[in-house]
Amino acid sequence: MDFMVFQYPMISVQACLDGILLGILFALIAYGMALQWGVMNIINIAQGDLVILGGYIAYFMYLYGIHPAWGVIVSPIIMFFVGIAIYKLVINKVVDRDLFISILATFGISILFMQLMNFAFGADVVLANSDYGTTMLFNSNVVLPNSKIFSAFISILFAICLVIYMKKSKLGRAIRATAQNARAAKILGVDTEKVYAATFGINAALCGVAGALISITFTIHPYMGLPYTIRSFMIVIVAGLGNLPGVAMSGMGLGVFEEFADYILGTEFRIGSVFLLLVLILVYRRFKLSRKREYLK
Amino acid sequence: MFKMINKNLILYIGILIFGIAAPFLFPAFKVQLSILCVLIVLATTWNIQGGEMGYNSFGNILFYGLGMYLCASVQVGMFFPLAEWTESGGEKTFVHTPAQFFQGMAVGLIVAAVVPTIVAGLIGYSILGLRGHYFAICTLGLGVAAGEISGGIEIIGAGQGFTTPPFPDVGSLDSRGEFFYFLSFFVLVLTFITVRVIYSTRFKLILNAIRDNEDKAEAMGIETMKYKIVGWMISAFFCGLAGGIMGGLVGYIDSTDVAFDGREMGVFMVLMAILGGKGTLWGPIIGATVFHIFKEGFWTFFLGWQYVALGVLIVVIVIYFPEGIMGWLREKYPERFGEVVDEKDRKAQVELK
Repeated sequence: MDFMVFQYPMISVQACLDGILLGILFALIAYGMALQWGVMNIINIAQGDLVILGGYIAYFMYLYGIHPAWGVIVSPIIMFFVGIAIYKLVINKVVDRDLFISILATFGISILFMQLMNFAFGADVVLANSDYGTTMLFNSNVVLPNSKIFSAFISILFAICLVIYMKKSKLGRAIRATAQNARAAKILGVDTEKVYAATFGINAALCGVAGALISITFTIHPYMGLPYTIRSFMIVIVAGLGNLPGVAMSGMGLGVFEEFADYILGTEFRIGSVFLLLVLILVYRRFKLSRKREYLK
Repeated sequence: MFKMINKNLILYIGILIFGIAAPFLFPAFKVQLSILCVLIVLATTWNIQGGEMGYNSFGNILFYGLGMYLCASVQVGMFFPLAEWTESGGEKTFVHTPAQFFQGMAVGLIVAAVVPTIVAGLIGYSILGLRGHYFAICTLGLGVAAGEISGGIEIIGAGQGFTTPPFPDVGSLDSRGEFFYFLSFFVLVLTFITVRVIYSTRFKLILNAIRDNEDKAEAMGIETMKYKIVGWMISAFFCGLAGGIMGGLVGYIDSTDVAFDGREMGVFMVLMAILGGKGTLWGPIIGATVFHIFKEGFWTFFLGWQYVALGVLIVVIVIYFPEGIMGWLREKYPERFGEVVDEKDRKAQVELK
C-alpha cells in the first residue's frame, strides 16, 4: 500500500491523464465487443487475443524497419480477414446456440491463439518503439508520452469513422437491422450470414487497430489477452449495448481506476484488481436488478 | 426393482475392488491414477452446477486453489514458521517427521475442505443471483482474480511459488504413491456416494427445475437461492479436498500455473463433464477417464503443442459433441436409460431420415 498518490497532487493528475488515454483504447476494444454482442449475441473470450495478435502484426513491421504506426492501417486489414476466417470456421456454428457454448468455444480459440502466438513470437514481453518523444505538462511534473496521445487520437478517429459508416453505408444499416431483429431482417432480404461475418470481421479489425496502438504505447505478450477481454466485457455491461458515449466514459473510468490501483496497491495487483472490479460490478448489477424485479411485483 | 439394485451393487463392488487393487496392478501409474481420481472428483462436482443446475461455472478452480494453499499452509504452519519456510524455498531447512506430516495433512485437508465451503456459502448469495453468461464470466473473473492476488501475497510464496512438505521417509519408496492414491481414491468414493445419494433425492429434482426454468421453480414455491447455495457449497467442499491432495501430490504450488490454473484445470473440469455428458451421474466419470487417457497418451505426441491441441479439442467437443458420450449413448440405446420408445414412432423417424 502506497498513499503517495494522495500526498502529491501531481501524481494524481498524471494517473488521471494516463488513465483517460488508456481508457480511450479500452473503449475502442469494448466497442467491437458491444457490436458483436449486440448483433450476434456472442461473447467473444478471444477478443483480447485478437488484440494481442494485432499488436504482433505492428511489432513485426517494426522489426522489419517499417515505422510501427503504419500498423494502424495494415493490422486491421489483416485482422479483418482473420476475423472472417474465425467466423467461417467456428463462430457460425455457435451463433444460434446457447450462450455458454459460444463462451466455451471462444475460450478454446483464445487458448489456441495464445499458444500459437507463443510459438510464433516467443514468450518475451515486447514493444514497438515509436520514437515519438514525450510531452511535459505543469512544469515537467506530468510526463505524457506522445505515443499515448497519438493512440488516443487514432482510436477516436477510428471510432468516429465507424459510427459514420454504421449510420450511412448499406452494410452498416444491414448490421443495425440484424441487431434489432435478425428474423425480420432476413425476411426483408438481408443476408444475415454475410452480416454476421462482416460484423465479426469489423470487430477483429477494431481489435487490430487497438492492438497496433497497444504495441506502440504499452507492451504485448502472448498471454496478456484475457485481461483485455475482461475489460471490454466490463465496459460493455456498465455502458450497455449500443451506447457509444457510455462506452467511452466507462472506458476512461476504468483506465483511471486501473492507474490509481497501480499506484496504491502496486503493479502486481493491477490485473487482480481489474478482475475483482468485474466481480463487484456484476454483483452490484445483480442486486440492482433484483430490486427492480421486486419493485415490479 | 430388487434385481436392479443387485446388479448395480455388483457393479459398485467390482469398481471398488478394482480401485483398491489398481495401484498393485499398475504400479508404474500410481501418480497418474491419483490424478485421475482428482480429475473425476472435479468433473463430478462441476456437474452439480453445470449439468444439474444449469449454472456454468468457470470458478470452481477458486475452491480448488484455495484448498491447495490452505492444506499446504496448515501443514507447514502447524509445526514451523510459515514465512521462513516460503523464504527458504526449495532448500529444506525444516523437515517434517512422519507423525508431523500425517497430522498436518489430516488437519490441512479438513481446513481445505471446510474453508472453501464457507467461502462458497458467503459469496454464494451475491454470485448465484447472476444468470447465464454473466455468471460464467463472473466466476471466470473470480478464478483469475484469486490467482493474481495470491501471486502477490508474500507469506505464501508470492510469484516464486510454495514448496509443499515432502513426503517423509517411512521405509519403502512406494509408500508415497500408495498414500496419495488411496487418499484420492477415498475422496473419490466419498464424492461418488454423496453425489449418488443427492441424485436420488428431491434435491436433484429441484436443481433440475432450476436449470429448466428458474422463475417457474421460484413461482412454484421453491426457495431456489437456498438450493443453489447448498449445491455450490457441496462442490466447494470436494473441490477444496481435491485441491489439498493435488498440492501434496505435485509438491509445488504456483499461484497461476498450479493452484488457480484457470487455463488448464479450470477448463479441464468443464470439458470433462461436457465430454462425458452433462447432467448425468456417470457422464463426468467416463468423460474424465477418457480425457485423462487421451491427455496422457497423446500429449507426448504433441510435444510443446499440447495447448494448441487443447484449444482445438475444446472447440471440436463444444461444437460437434455438446451432448457428450452419455448423450450419444442415450440417443442410440434409449431403452437402457429407461426411456419408453414407441416402435411405430421410431420406424417413422427412420423413414423420415
